[in-house]
Amino acid sequence: MRKLFVLCTAGVVFIPSMLGAETAPQDVVFTEHGAVEESLTGVPGDPENGLKIATTKKKGNCMACHTAKGWEHMPLHGNIGPNLSDVANRHDEAELRGIVVNAKHTFHDTVMPSFYNVDNLIRPGDGFTGKPAKEIKPLLSAQEVEDVVALLKTFKESGSE
Amino acid sequence: MNFRARTAAGLAVAALLAIAGAARAESNVDPNPGVELVINGDTPITVRAKAPDYLEGHLDNIYSGWLYRIESTRAMEADDFENPAITFVEEGIDAWNTVEGTEGKSCASCHGDISEGMKGVRARMPAVNENGELWSLEDYINNCRVNRMGAEPYKWDKGPMKNMTAAISMQSRGMPMNVAVDGPAAPFWERGRDMYYTRYGLLQLSCASCHEKNNNNYIRGDHLSQGQIVGFPTYRLKKGGLVSIHNRLKGCIRDTRAETFPIGSQELRELELYVASRGNGLSVEGVAVRP
Ligand code: HEC
Ligand code: HEC
Ligand code: HEC
Repeated sequence: MRKLFVLCTAGVVFIPSMLGAETAPQDVVFTEHGAVEESLTGVPGDPENGLKIATTKKKGNCMACHTAKGWEHMPLHGNIGPNLSDVANRHDEAELRGIVVNAKHTFHDTVMPSFYNVDNLIRPGDGFTGKPAKEIKPLLSAQEVEDVVALLKTFKESGSE
Repeated sequence: MNFRARTAAGLAVAALLAIAGAARAESNVDPNPGVELVINGDTPITVRAKAPDYLEGHLDNIYSGWLYRIESTRAMEADDFENPAITFVEEGIDAWNTVEGTEGKSCASCHGDISEGMKGVRARMPAVNENGELWSLEDYINNCRVNRMGAEPYKWDKGPMKNMTAAISMQSRGMPMNVAVDGPAAPFWERGRDMYYTRYGLLQLSCASCHEKNNNNYIRGDHLSQGQIVGFPTYRLKKGGLVSIHNRLKGCIRDTRAETFPIGSQELRELELYVASRGNGLSVEGVAVRP
């Protein structure tokens, strides 16, 4: 993010797809309570793509553990984590980003996977093949995290806010 | 998958759709109070028991995976005419009585009738052998084949081995699981316990994340059980065949997007011992039916 900031103030036109403008997993800054205030990419998230990621097994697979109005039309949700239908009433954008990036900073010892993290992994695998990982990549890309955060921001029950 | 299996699987999905969306459930409570398993109307199976002392602080009670399954799946296991695993048991018994190898012997030549020779064996497996090694049932079987019969070893995860372990497990049906965790087994058991609580893979999930902290909840469409192995090898409707213990353990580790351990590896033997010990007190089910 800092890099992006420098680039912008230097007057360089920002191209969304430009590589190197993203905050790397190791460089993400968390607040004391686990929130992440700055966007990982500077590019606004796309909630529609966020929904795809949240409901795809090989991507976020949020649906495996959470129910939410946003995906109640799809089959087979889990209930390991709380219902997310009104989660934006409980958490602001920075908190939601922190939870998706690495929920262990917000909820100590949670079973929720860290979606933008490459540290402290034991026997990381190559997808669902059971073979060792060829390279260590976070579960979601920086933009995919932003897309999921954009989706979660729409998870509001009317009346509040 | 045969027709019956497919129908059951279809019913399972339908039932899950109805349940999905439920709020978080309490873990480590009886998932199906009052429901009892009596196989063929004459063999009572202990499907809930007080947890062994070494699980203090983790589990108060232990429950068979059978209790977490839907009614049609439970019914299949309660009746050997409905249980699709029974044909594999019969094939295992045929192999038991078949002469093989250079010594001209069958298992029965030395052990007699399987119902006598193998009674109670599954209930204490895996176990430390006379050389101080931890062996799974599969190791004992292949040791006899290779060193006592002069026959080829069975492949761990292939049909003939699974048929034999199914036939042998059947001879402990209804007997309490009772693996040794102390004495020479202790160091193996401790390593297995450490594995159970290790958060493997890109998803950083341990066995306990799902089977201890979240049993009775749903992950995707699956009603999470305590991950007991008293029913193995199990007939899985989804696969239309028998699944060995190591295959299941490996599959659960793979699903955390981890590098797994090979079937028949020392690590999986140790994990098997620890998981088996978490079921001490439940009945061996013979061959269970699972989705
Ligand atoms: C393996 C299960 C699992 C998966 C997969 C999972 N979560 Fe979670 N999530 C949890 C649990 C459990 C909690 C509750 C936190 C705790 O441990 O106390 C939680 C909490 C949350 C919260 C905070 C809810 C609140 O009310 O405070 C949000 C937001 C969230 N998850 C979003 C997601 C998103 C988005 C995804 C997919 C990218 C996801 N989760 C995937 C298990 C999971
Ligand atoms: C030549 C005789 C012989 C043959 C043939 C034989 N076994 Fe064994 N088996 C033994 C002996 C001896 C032992 C060790 C002592 C004991 O536990 O009975 C043993 C042990 C075992 C054990 C471990 C039992 C325990 O309680 O620890 C299993 C399981 C077993 N055999 C299965 C088989 C199977 C299956 C076959 C056929 C594929 C077979 N055996 C063939 C002699 C034989
Ligand atoms: C992401 C969640 C998850 C993790 C982590 C996990 N499992 Fe499972 N496991 C499942 C699901 C889902 C099933 C099928 C439903 C059930 O019986 O719980 C299952 C089934 C099993 C079964 C079969 C139970 C039966 O009644 O037939 C065993 C045994 C088992 N798991 C052991 C383990 C062990 C040991 C580990 C750790 C290496 C582990 N699991 C890790 C999700 C998980």
